[in-house]
Amino acid sequence: MDKLLKILSENSAYTTAQLALMLNEPEDYIKAQIKEYEDSGVIRGYQAMVNWDSVPDAGVMAIIELKVTPQKEKGFDEIAEKVMMFDEVSSVYLMAGGYDLALVVKGDTIQDVSAFVAKKLSALEGIVSTATHFMLKRYKEGSVALVDVEEPTDGREMIV
Amino acid sequence: MDYSSKINDSIKSVKPSGIRKFFDIVNEMDNVISLSIGEPDFKTPWHIRKAGIDSLEMGRTWYTPNRGFAQLREEISNYMKRKCNLTYSADSEVVVTVGGSEAIDIAIRCLVGKGDEVLIPQPSFVCYEPLTIMAQATPVIIETKMENNFRLTVDDIKDKLTENTKLLILPFPNNPTGAIMEKKDLEAIAKLVEEHDLMVLSDEIYSELTYGGKNHISFASIEGMKERTIVINGFSKSYAMTGWRLGFACGPKEIVEMMTKLHQFCIMSAPTTAQYAAIEALKNGDDDIAYMRDQYDMRRRLVVGSLNKMGLTCFEPEGAFYCFPCIKSTGLTSEEFCTKLLHAKHVALVPGSAFGECGEGYVRLSYSYSLKHLKKALTLIEEFLKEL
Repeated sequence: MDKLLKILSENSAYTTAQLALMLNEPEDYIKAQIKEYEDSGVIRGYQAMVNWDSVPDAGVMAIIELKVTPQKEKGFDEIAEKVMMFDEVSSVYLMAGGYDLALVVKGDTIQDVSAFVAKKLSALEGIVSTATHFMLKRYKEGSVALVDVEEPTDGREMIV
Repeated sequence: MDYSSKINDSIKSVKPSGIRKFFDIVNEMDNVISLSIGEPDFKTPWHIRKAGIDSLEMGRTWYTPNRGFAQLREEISNYMKRKCNLTYSADSEVVVTVGGSEAIDIAIRCLVGKGDEVLIPQPSFVCYEPLTIMAQATPVIIETKMENNFRLTVDDIKDKLTENTKLLILPFPNNPTGAIMEKKDLEAIAKLVEEHDLMVLSDEIYSELTYGGKNHISFASIEGMKERTIVINGFSKSYAMTGWRLGFACGPKEIVEMMTKLHQFCIMSAPTTAQYAAIEALKNGDDDIAYMRDQYDMRRRLVVGSLNKMGLTCFEPEGAFYCFPCIKSTGLTSEEFCTKLLHAKHVALVPGSAFGECGEGYVRLSYSYSLKHLKKALTLIEEFLKEL
């Protein structure tokens, strides 16, 4: 895998000067490379890894399993693209296995999410069934721990 | 009781480690961001750990032959051939030891005694001088210099040669400077070694950690030097196996024979579980080495580049996982610098003076830490320098 992408995917807060040092490339090259990734859509954005559980009134999240009827020609894409347009939906995945689409949905309250499922989602043509799972606690997202597990202490004690 | 009269004069004359006082303070502080540790931050790769676990599950918990398992010595012999194009007989020219440290100790004790002088380049790892003293021989310190990229030069050695000089220690890639020796540097020294009929202890424990496309050259691979050299290596740094305590020495069979004799009486045999793990490491560990080297290299460039930018002149280290910036521009001694940095920013480095008097004016910074940790520490060091 491209080393630059790997580093940025783990932590996008490095300066281009730092990235240039780490990758042993001129800073201009790094800048150009990042721009190319952004322009071509390989890099789609940069986000802070927020632990919403620690933010008061941050709302609720649910994972929703969808069974859908694939459409002629477009298969699952058409319905997936419709579903992803809702602001409430933060992630959409096509799955292999017991159901077709997996959604991550955010709302202010459980009622909000329920209403979204009942009124907006189920109303879409092609949705066969939904199963909504509310999240109780988030432990890890995007490779980042969201709970204060005791940092594995550096077990090394010898100095020299 | 007056224990002083009961204790061996040699051990009494060995100076305690100069950094103990400093690290007593470090240990009492909370939230210290340390860049002081001299061992890999990586865990031993899983397949190597598994080989050790399997051997325990099978109940293989006995001593091994004194020299180490034949299969392990065979693998070590293959490794030396593969990496250095050196041929060592697994039966008579290899001994498996408790870390590189034991190999250094028994090699020095088998080679020198009263009246002999041992040339020890510094800054270097702290063990050579005390072990020489314990062998009743006389340590003669050679200072390597930043203007020579901390490499050892023929001129440096010439000044220190006497008719009693018997052994030269070659600690490269070097802890704490990160210096390496290239072929031409070694060839020049080889000539001198030949002329003065010296033996050489080449501590190559960091041999797998060289950067910038410069592969390690073993001193024994220089023409005529195999018969004069004890090569020390081990698993600690290359395979992230420090705690397993396993190293080895390769050399002329007459000397390895003597070392094995000493090893047999003081150690019996190196740890059995570790030997099983080491066989796996040598057989299937090359990819692990490459991965870890790559990670260290990325950190090295970030650290060295950042230090130079903030005005701490840092010679480009090409080996091991340390850099050794010069702090003379701050007007502080190594220890003052480290103490102030520790109190002001809770960042712990090792004063260069811990590695010999000529390390004064430098500090050792280990980059055997995660990028996240290094980045945080570098920011704090930069703040500290601005506030000085």
